[in-house]
Amino acid sequence: MKMVELTINKIKVKAEPGMTILDAAKSVGISIPTLCHMKDLFPTGACRICSVEVEGQRNLIPSCAYPVYEGMKVETNSSRVLRARKTIVELLIENHPQDCLICVRSGNCELQNLSIKYGVREHRYAGESRQHAVDLSSASLERDPAKCILCGRCTRACNEIQKIGAIDFTNRGFKTIVTTPYNKGLNVSDCILCGQCILVCPTAALREKSAMKDVATALEKKGKFTVAQVAPAVRASLGEEYNMPLGTDVTGKLVTGLRRLGFKKVFDTNFAADLTIWEEANELIHRIQTRGILPMFTSCCPGWVKYLEQNYGDLIGHVSSCKSPHEMLGAVTKTYYAKKMGLDPEDIFVASIMPCTVKKYESERPELSGNAMQDVDAVLTTRELVRYFNLTGIDFDDLDSDDFDSTLGESTGAAAIFGTSGGVMEAALRYAYFTLTGQHLDILDFDAVRGLTGIKEASVDINGLTLNIAVVNGIGNAAQVLDEVRAGKSKYHFVEVMACPGGCINGGGQPIHQKQDKVIKRMKALYEIDKKMVKRRSYENEHVKTLYKEFFGEPGSHKSHEILHTTYQDKRKIK
Amino acid sequence: MHSEIFKNYTQNDKSAIIPLLQDVQQIYGYLPEKVLLEVAKFTGLALSRVYGIATFYNQFRLTPLGENIIRVCRGTACHVKGSANILYTLEQELKIQAGETTRDKKFTLEVVSCIGACSIAPVITVNDDYFGRLTTKEIPGILKKYANKPKAETKKEGSAS
Repeated sequence: MKMVELTINKIKVKAEPGMTILDAAKSVGISIPTLCHMKDLFPTGACRICSVEVEGQRNLIPSCAYPVYEGMKVETNSSRVLRARKTIVELLIENHPQDCLICVRSGNCELQNLSIKYGVREHRYAGESRQHAVDLSSASLERDPAKCILCGRCTRACNEIQKIGAIDFTNRGFKTIVTTPYNKGLNVSDCILCGQCILVCPTAALREKSAMKDVATALEKKGKFTVAQVAPAVRASLGEEYNMPLGTDVTGKLVTGLRRLGFKKVFDTNFAADLTIWEEANELIHRIQTRGILPMFTSCCPGWVKYLEQNYGDLIGHVSSCKSPHEMLGAVTKTYYAKKMGLDPEDIFVASIMPCTVKKYESERPELSGNAMQDVDAVLTTRELVRYFNLTGIDFDDLDSDDFDSTLGESTGAAAIFGTSGGVMEAALRYAYFTLTGQHLDILDFDAVRGLTGIKEASVDINGLTLNIAVVNGIGNAAQVLDEVRAGKSKYHFVEVMACPGGCINGGGQPIHQKQDKVIKRMKALYEIDKKMVKRRSYENEHVKTLYKEFFGEPGSHKSHEILHTTYQDKRKIK
Repeated sequence: MHSEIFKNYTQNDKSAIIPLLQDVQQIYGYLPEKVLLEVAKFTGLALSRVYGIATFYNQFRLTPLGENIIRVCRGTACHVKGSANILYTLEQELKIQAGETTRDKKFTLEVVSCIGACSIAPVITVNDDYFGRLTTKEIPGILKKYANKPKAETKKEGSAS
């Protein structure tokens, strides 16, 4: 390919034709600020903060949207450019609540960072500013349009990546606001609460609804038996908040930290992931053998379940009736464990540490509050947990490693990979192979279902039975598979869907930053945990075996249906 | 249910959204929420996008029109002649803001940029009638006259602004 030669800040740069000025500059270590820019999406050039000066051009050029050409001379830091950027920041700030001191994103806010970077020291454009109420209607997310700077990244994450389209630009001019249709609450919109919008929001216009207070109250209440459980994806990302390299596994420190917060027991959601596999793989085998409804869909991801109920409510029969792992662990803690330890289930408080915002909504679902009691009482996101550690003076870096509490703390490698797209599928295959053939699967790494492709397909031969499987990575890719199923043309037996691109490791409750390769590196961390395990198949989990022997009998038993399974509803607006 | 609106369009053709919304407004006089849901489904656009378009363009209304449409000219000449006061008085009398419809559905109040009748500024129109060189004192009388009138004949298509 013939490369284009240009100069940026008098440095000679070779760039591929079609490359933007922004990317060409980045390739030689010149960083240009951006706000509306989103990697891999078509540039909108809306915010103008990336403006640069190009020789021969009368106006400043948005570098995120402008392709390089031969002999181009670019200045990214001329005084004219810096003045323009500063003005943009000043104008944005004047139409933004000046409450950084009490803002949840203070210290991790792109607008604040730009203000610092460009040395904004006075209010030059005091004038009318927008007033909007905060939308607190949903169980998971808070939407604060007054803090919105209209960069449009959330609308693109929602529309173009997730293909949900719950929020968009409405009205115009000064009255422009990113909101739901008719400015209604998120709880009645098409939103699935995945929180991908939070991950891209430069300010605190979108944030999670915090459950820290509920947890703190429970921890201080006398007579409460507080239990924490940790999702697989949290251990692969939490270290980032403490400046550890991407993909650092912090399981041990995490357990110690949770104990220091005052939790009586720290269990591992991975235990329940193994349990889920026992139930789910058996459900799949049962469906295949009895010619039940196929393909079967996974049910671990509440965002995906919510999406299906709202848009493909006619297909709810395809979803596995298994509760998601953390709900299972909550249910087992309040039944089996309570009985075993002689505890009153009413006194048990289960808090889940999740990479996910939808889990907050899930834990409040009426279907998951059996016996008038919630399986899980509170859900904290990874970010909230970090805030809690900071609040209580827990110096994460200096913590020693510790192990999960026994009985509900043991897990296999198959459970660890639940946190990444393709993981549930892989774990289920390892299990199903054994159940159907009685033999251990030698090759444990199913490369076909790993990685970041939108739809991953494979055919697995198990004793003459060809199992067609698909892994949908990101809810934006689900419609294609679902339309086929609806038309009766699907060849699949088993389909895994994770609403967030990459799976839970990129969940809406994870640390917020725009560092490159964060998804890949967190993913790698989980596969490393799996690889290091001696036991990598869910059926090898001795404690799950005991649980069945002492309590449930066998997978799919009446008791397990009562405690470990749930129901769904058709919630379509137009049928 | 609204097949007569959709029959001239291809399903999943996103570019049809604006003429489609215009057709809907032609029939209903505004864009009812239920129909917008169907438009979204038909065009394959998210409802939020359809709503965004409907609120971006002034020609679309999301609430039904009242029996009488009052348009207040806020063009330059009328402004100089005190149309701000006229608008304020109307808002007070009707207890609504510009762009809204009274609860009894009798009046819709709109603001327009210029009606082209600057010589008689300040001017308002009620349906097809002009009221020029208007003073705020005359407003209650005018409103009374239209409020008591029997239901007006068929309404023409929505807003002209």
